[in-house]
Order: sequence, then C-alpha cells, then structure tokens
Amino acid sequence: MYAFTYHKPSSVRQAAAMLAKNEDAKLLAGGHTLLPTMKQRLASPSALIDLGAMPELKGIERKGRSVVIGAMTRHGEVAESAVVREAIPGLAELAELIGDPHVRHRGTIGGSVANNDPSADYPAALLALDATVITNKRKIAADEFFQGLFVTALEEGEIVTKVSFPVAQKAAYAKFRNPASRYALAGVFVAKRGSDVRVAVTGASENGVFRWTAAEEALKARFTAKSLEGMAPSPDGMIGDIHADSAYRAHLVGVMARRAVQAATSR
Amino acid sequence: MTGTGIGAPVRRKEDQRFITGAGRYTDDLSRPGQAHAYFLRSPHAHAKILSIDTAAARAMPGVVAILTGDDLAADKIGGLICGWMIHSKDGSPMKAGPHPALAQGKVRYVGDHVAVVIADTYAQARDAAEAIEVAYEVLPAVVDARAAQKAGAPQVHDVADDNTVFRWHLGDKASTDAAFARAAHVTKIDLVNNRLVPNPMEPRAAVGEYDPGNESYTLFTTSQNPHVARLVLSAFIGVAPEHKLRVIAPDVGGGFGSKIFIYAEETVCVWAARKVGRPVRWTSDRTEAFLSDAHGRDHATHAELAMDENGKIIGLRAQTIANLGAYLSTFSSSVPTYLYAPLLSGSYDIPAIYAEVDGVYTNTAPVDAYRGAGRPEATFVVERLVEVAARELGMDPAKFRKRNYVKRFPHQTPVIMTYDAGDYGASMDKALELADYKGFSRRKRESARRGKLRGIGFSSYIEACGIAPSQAVGSLGAGVGLWESAEVRVNPTGSIEVLTGSHSHGQGHETTFAQLVCDRLGVPIENVIIVHGDTDKVQFGMGTYGSRSGAVGMSAIAKAIDKVIVKGKKVAAHVLEAAEADIEFKDGKFTVAGTDRGVGFADVALQAYIAHKFSGQDLEPGLKEGAFYDPTNFTFPAGVHICELEIDPDTGVTTIERWTAVDDFGVIINPMIVEGQVHGGIAQGVGQALHEGAIYDESGQLVTASFMDYRMPRAADLPSFQVGMTVTPCPSNPLGIKGCGEAGAIAAPAAVMNAITDALGHEDIAMPATPQAVWRAAQKNAAMRVAAE
Ligand SMILES: Cc1cc2nc3c(=O)[nH]c(=O)nc-3n(C[C@H](O)[C@H](O)[C@H](O)COP(=O)(O)OP(=O)(O)OC[C@H]3O[C@@H](n4cnc5c(N)ncnc54)[C@H](O)[C@@H]3O)c2cc1C
Repeated sequence: MYAFTYHKPSSVRQAAAMLAKNEDAKLLAGGHTLLPTMKQRLASPSALIDLGAMPELKGIERKGRSVVIGAMTRHGEVAESAVVREAIPGLAELAELIGDPHVRHRGTIGGSVANNDPSADYPAALLALDATVITNKRKIAADEFFQGLFVTALEEGEIVTKVSFPVAQKAAYAKFRNPASRYALAGVFVAKRGSDVRVAVTGASENGVFRWTAAEEALKARFTAKSLEGMAPSPDGMIGDIHADSAYRAHLVGVMARRAVQAATSR
Repeated sequence: MTGTGIGAPVRRKEDQRFITGAGRYTDDLSRPGQAHAYFLRSPHAHAKILSIDTAAARAMPGVVAILTGDDLAADKIGGLICGWMIHSKDGSPMKAGPHPALAQGKVRYVGDHVAVVIADTYAQARDAAEAIEVAYEVLPAVVDARAAQKAGAPQVHDVADDNTVFRWHLGDKASTDAAFARAAHVTKIDLVNNRLVPNPMEPRAAVGEYDPGNESYTLFTTSQNPHVARLVLSAFIGVAPEHKLRVIAPDVGGGFGSKIFIYAEETVCVWAARKVGRPVRWTSDRTEAFLSDAHGRDHATHAELAMDENGKIIGLRAQTIANLGAYLSTFSSSVPTYLYAPLLSGSYDIPAIYAEVDGVYTNTAPVDAYRGAGRPEATFVVERLVEVAARELGMDPAKFRKRNYVKRFPHQTPVIMTYDAGDYGASMDKALELADYKGFSRRKRESARRGKLRGIGFSSYIEACGIAPSQAVGSLGAGVGLWESAEVRVNPTGSIEVLTGSHSHGQGHETTFAQLVCDRLGVPIENVIIVHGDTDKVQFGMGTYGSRSGAVGMSAIAKAIDKVIVKGKKVAAHVLEAAEADIEFKDGKFTVAGTDRGVGFADVALQAYIAHKFSGQDLEPGLKEGAFYDPTNFTFPAGVHICELEIDPDTGVTTIERWTAVDDFGVIINPMIVEGQVHGGIAQGVGQALHEGAIYDESGQLVTASFMDYRMPRAADLPSFQVGMTVTPCPSNPLGIKGCGEAGAIAAPAAVMNAITDALGHEDIAMPATPQAVWRAAQKNAAMRVAAE
C-alpha cells in the first residue's frame, strides 16, 4: 500500500465536493475490492473518502412496488432483511451466496454495483429485475448502467446512493461458484413480471453481465425449466480460465438458468 | 492411572493460548531498534542479471542497506544446501547447482531473491525496492519436468545436462522384468501427482539479531527443526559459528513440511543483522508464500503391475520423473527417492519391484517435503494400480487387496523396508463394516434415480515413519542422524520440565508429551511443561516431520524418564533407609517392597535437591536426566480409507458423502489428538485430489499465486469422518507408537480418485478432479454409454 489521506465526510454532498477537488481520490465503501488492490500496489489513490458515516446511504425500505436499498447496505444485511425476503426472496438468497461471512459483513451493494466486476453477483439481479441505480445526480436503468468489464454509466465524481428493485412475481438466482474465489463462475438471475421475463447472466461473459435473450424468449412462451432444456449460450465470448474454459462456462449457464427457473417456480 | 495418562483424550493444553490470541509467533516479536527487510524478487522465471542499480533506491527515505548476491560473495557466505546425497544408477553423485541466498548472475524462478532492502519500516523497504533497477536478459523457461529433459530445453543449471539432477533406481530390474514376462495379466497406468502449495496458516517469518558484545547471533524463525537450521546456517552456509548462533522457533502456526527447510530469507536476516547493526525482520506475505515456500509433490509416473493367473501380484515397476524446481531445497532429493520408492510395495506381498526416478530442474519454485513427503506419491501409484488391476480382473477391489496383503511379519520387501508388525486384513474388515460396503450398491441405485453418479474407492496405505534409525538413513545418503533427544528436569517441588528436540507446530506435543510424563511418573499434568524450539534450552534435536515426534521424540523422553526413576530409587533408598534393590516405583510413589513404607515423587525430588539424607560422595544431588534415542527400525503405520462420493454430471461437482478411516498407529497416546491429525490429513488429501494444484504458465508465471485461484479445501467440502482404529503395537520403540501425522494426506488422494473413477466407469481423469475436469470426464462417460447402447 502507498500512503494516502483518509476522509470520512458526513454527507453525500460533502463527499462529492471532496471528489471534485481531488482527482486521484477514491470512494471507499466496504473496501473489499479497493483495499486488496491497494495492498497489492495496483491502485494508489491519493485520498480515500469513506462513505461509512452517512445515514442517507444506509437502510432497506419497501416503497410501493419497489424495494429500495441504500448504497452502503452490506450484503449480510440484504441477506437477512425481512423486507427483502418477503418482497424478492431471490435477491436475499443472492446476497447470501456472496463470498463468505467476512465479505458479506463488509462488502456493500453500492460498491459491488459501482465496481461492476464481471464475476460479481448483484449485477445479475439488477439487470434481471430491471432495477434503477440512483446516484447523487440522476437515475440510471440497469440496462444502461452496466457497460462491460468494470465499466458503468457512472461519471467522474458520481456517487451511487441507492438501488431500487421493482418487485417481481417470480425471481430466483442460481450460482455456480468459482471453486477458489467463490465469485460467480456462472450466475443466472431469472425474473418474471407479468408477461415479461428477464434472464441475466454474470460471471460468464468477457463483456460482463448480460441478458440472455434466447432464454427469455423461451421462458416467455412457458415459464418452466423444461423450456430451457438443452439450451446454453454460445461459448464464443465466454470467459475461459483455469477453472472453466468457455465451453464449460456456457454449459453451466444453461444448467444454472434451469435451476434458477426451478427455484423460482417452486416457491 | 489418572485420566491424563497414555490413552486419555486430554484436551490440548496449548489451545487456551492459541484460541485467545495469546500465542507468540515470530511476527509478534518486536525487537528494540529493529529494521525491516523486503526481498526484491525476480519477475522472470529465467533470466541473466546484467546489472543491479541500487543508487536511486539507496537515497530513498528510511533505507538502511540494500544487499545483493555480490555482498554475500564478498562476505564468503555459502549457498543453501541440500542435505541428502543421491547417487545416479551409474554411481555419479547428484548434480547440484549453486543456490545462493541472493541471486548471483542469474534468476531461475519467479520469486527468486534478487536483492534485499532493509529500511526503518516495511513500507519504506518496499518503496525502495521498486526503485531498484535490474537489467535482465530474459531467457526461455521450462516448467514441466518432462519437457525439461527434452533436447533443446532451456538449461537451468550449467552442471545439470538435460536438467537432470539424478537418474536413480531401486530394486532388481532383472527379476522384476522376469516377473512381468511370466505374468498372466499386466495393468499399466500413467499418473500425475499434482504440485501443491503448502499454505500453512502462519506464513514464514524471521528476525535476525546480532550482539556485538558477545559476537553472537539470535535467529527467531518459523522452523520445524531449529537445531538443524542452526547446524546448516553455521556449518554449511557459514553465517555464524554454531556455538554463537541461537535459533528460536517460538509458536509456529503450521508447517506441513514447508518449515523444515533452511531458506534464503532467514539466512539473509541473520547475516544482515550484523552488517546493519540492527535486528532485521521479515515476514512473508501470502503472495511470497505462494511463490517461494517449497512446493510439494509434482511427479509424473508410468507404473505397471504384474499378476499371475490367480490374481496374485508378482511384480511392480514404476518410472517417475520428479520436478525438483529451480534449486535443490534442503531435503528435496530424498523425497522422490528414499521416501518414495521404498514404499512401492504398499501393504502387499510383491516379490519383485523395480523403480526408476529422475530428479529434474525446472524454472519453478523448489519442491521438497510436504505432509507425507514421497509416501503419498507412492501410495497414489500403488493404490491406483491395485484398484485398476482389480477392475481389469473383474475382482472386488477389497478382495483383491486382501488376497495380496502381507500377512506374516516381519516382512522383507524387495525395496529396503522390513515391515515389523501389522494386520492389514483386520483394518480392511473393520473399514468395510464401518463403511457399510454391503449397502453400497443400494446407495448407488438411489443416487442414479436422482441423476447422480455414485462411486466408492479404497486406499490401503502404508507409510514409513520416524525417518530413523540414523545408521539406516545415513547409508541411504542422509547428511544427518535422525534420532531424537530429551531431557527431563525435575524441580525441587516435583514439577517437571521436559526439554525435547521435537518441535510442535500444531501437533499438540505440549499435551501428549506431558501425558507420557503423567503416565510414567504419576504427577499431575499441570505440573509438567514441555520446552522446545530453542537451541539455548534444548541441547540438540532433529525436529518434527515424518510423523516422528511420537515414535522417536517421545521414546527419548521415555528413556530419560526411566533414568529419572532409577535415580529417584537411589534417593528414595536413602530417605527410606532401605536397600536400593528393594525400592519399587509405582503410581507416583517409591515404596519398600513388601512394606507400607513409601515416599511420594515430589518428596524424593526435594530430597534429591536438598541432599540432606545422603552424602554427595555416595550420590550426586539433583534429579535431571537426558537421553538420546535412536530406534531400531522405521515405523509402519498402515490402514484402510474408504471414500464414497457422488458426482453431479450436469455440473461436475463432486460431493464426498461418506469417509471411513481405519488406521493402525500402534499405541495411541491421545485419541482425540490422533483423530484430529487424521481429520486434517484427510482434508489435505482431499484438497490434493479434488481442488488444489499449482499451475505455472509456459513462461513460468505462477497462475495460482493467490487464494483467488488456488483452491484450498474447506470444512464444508468434507463429511463427518468415521474414524476407527486397529492397534498392533510397534515393536521398534519402547512406547509402541507408529505415528499418525501424515496418514490422512497419504491415504486420501487414492481413495478419492478410485471413487471418482468408479463413479465414472473409466480411468481417464487426473488430480485435481475439479468440477470442470469431472464434467468433461462425465461427458465421456455419457458418450461411452451411448456408444454401448
Ligand atoms: C474474498 C472475497 C470474496 C468475494 N466474493 C464475492 C462474491 O462471491 N460475489 C460478489 O459479487 N462479490 C464478491 N466479493 C466482492 C465484495 O462482495 C464487494 O461487493 C466488492 O468488494 C465491492 O464492494 P465494497 O463495498 O467492498 O466496495 P469497495 O471495495 O469499497 O469499492 C469498490 C469500488 O467501487 C467504488 N465505490 C464504492 N462505493 C461507491 C458508491 N456508492 N458510488 C460510487 N462508487 C463507489 C470505489 O471507489 C471502488 O472503486 C468478494 C470480495 C472478496 C474480498
């Protein structure tokens, strides 16, 4: 780690002002991505602006037909939230599958979404549930928000404050863990709302989280795991690494999609 | 005896301090004036060092010194050594290249030590290291041992053509070939024993210190054998004279073999401490541990088994290529040779065995002993061969094993070992029962109904532990004797300090060794402490590895205790005014035979020290005895492990459903600790079979250099184990102990792979059987089924 200064502002406005003044500053949420990168000397921000002291970024609320989660909400809090379990149980189950207890009690939804790791879990939920990312400047639909590996629609100095998830009729997540890191090697979130079905895949594509439209069409015809029998996305463009080559990954996406639908239809 | 003697499941005395964070590890030490070392490591697997420019780095804040291989050479500090001489078939000695603690002219693996920066803080040292300019001429690298032997491969060391350190063999080729010539059936397999990274919880660390007044050095380090470290650092590397070097290995958080060796970092810390006039400390980070701790295993083997028409094994031959890495680590040459091939008889009566082993340099981290060291590799070969042979012959694998077991003892194998005691059939019968082998086919059908593939696999392992007698290992090339020492100091109050040359780094010696003392001297366990890990306290010792601390280390203690009792009787005779010959010692009391007159152990201790009841001319005051113990043979723990697992063919995920372990460790001191050792060993063996594997890419970069890519076994991967014991006491030491520390890791890989191949219906899968590998193999299985239909 290189030397840096540390700031803990008490409001989003203050944090934004600090960010604007200091180009090399970085926001610090749970620190579970940022701090290891700094320890390995792969990142060297001159200042860290800790988002941990802002009540406005915390909490989980049911607002009409949506569940709204503050950016600094830890994965563990989402996993255990009665509100989430009641409204979108698949989302709570996803949060419960992130990392291990240490990670779940530090990592935040805002950090995960802003980071857009191609193997992170939350992006699949946001995309499949048609969530909206709320920042200190605007609202961004999930379809526009995730723009490839570690790339999002966030602009310089923009801070994620909340994520709003519309409630679905049926939703579930199935994850095949990377055996070593436990990130998603193939994670599929399926959601059905009225006649609309969305299937989002994380961990698999070289371009990050994506919607698997062929599966969506098949499920719109009939929302049952059988509709996906024998289906898998093309291995072209899938990640290949020591844990899974692209063919195995593509196959796993098919298996996880069927298991997610199975879970969604059996509750 | 009380509830704390031999055989009692006494809770570990040391755990209170460990689980409350009160342990004292090397990194916990803070020495006045200490400076921090950071090692600049090679980013290349193979390169010439053209120049090292440290000028800019020296000017950085806090920098105390920057030292390179040139400085080592100027101070005439020797290279690191390999302490076991191996001779090739043609009689020539192994070809060991130079192994300087800091590179001299060339780097040979990613992580090799280029320079050390010593600074006031760790961050300053690291910052300055980034400012060192090294000009490299990058050379082609070779990471695979088979590739390294091919013509035209990059040469790692000038002394070793074809990168071959030795071409060694064991056994009788002619009689083995003759057995194969008359065989009714021959089974052939090719196996890879995957390279592992040891990953003890505590990374390596060292603090070197120099006292100019006494011209003496102290090294605190994470060692399994501090005396051997001192001997090597003084007699061979020459950083300090032996009598002026104190090595202390305080609490050590796991080793698994990787802390036996004498590495570059501790050598440099001792040497540099004098140069800079301040204590110099270093603690490995996890990345450095992945890159530079000695790795384990990495064999490629072709093996064959010959059977007669009755399914009796008549011969075994094996050709193994062992990847030794870029340098010969401290005991690396012994692991794929004398710790491996002598176990190729397994628990079977095999009249003819012939093994050839090539040790090969590559541009990878050095490879040395890792839990089991050679014996897991041998067991894997034998138990995979036997399993495949049974399948090919259409015989039940349990029956096939039982038919071929050694049944009479002592049994001389054709590869050095004399098995002294055992009852392998009894272990198998007990394991079959505990595993409900009869119910397996029902469980398999039930799995199939759920679309799952169920398999069962055996591993009927044997190991040779103790790594002694000294004469025997000396004749095989060991540079040291492998006995053990002990000293039992009885204090005037009757409390007891036991000094042992064994070293505990997770094994629970503070408890088990104390149990022996309680058992023999009848003192409460709270009154006994075990002192180890400090060369100033314990005169000499060989340390802990090879499951030797019980069989050899405790035997030394037992011998010293016997002497204490002899002396105690003399004292008691004076106290009780009786003839020494009439004194008996039992349950902590010295009594006059046939009378009710007696005196307790603590009273005798006090009398020994106040010396009021006898004249110093008749009897020396004091009660303290030492012993060196060298056993008469290796010990031979053996047992049967049965793994039952289920494969999800859709994902390739393997779930271990049942695990049965029936081990014969001889006499057991503490069954709870023994079970714990078995559990940990199985977990590591399962890790090797299903999860772990160090992977270098072709350029020599370690792809699995963090836990994000190197998959460790986790508690949730394992079922509750069914652990059973059979006991045949070991005849070669006074306590009857065989050793239990490595058994699980030795037995488990073959059990898992035999179960996986059973589930799949074919043999075409290697370790680690990751989900991806199993899925591929299951696809093949499905394809085979389609073809059959
Ligand atoms: C061992 C381990 C295992 C893990 N396993 C998983 C897993 O299985 N699945 C998974 O999805 N994730 C996993 N993670 C990631 C973890 O759960 C976090 O989601 C991730 O680290 C990001 O969240 P954070 O709060 O830690 O963000 P930080 O590390 O603090 O920040 C990450 C990045 O986002 C920026 N940022 C943070 N908050 C905001 C904000 N509100 N607005 C704008 N930018 C912001 C930061 O500046 C930084 O660039 C794992 C992490 C570890 C260390």
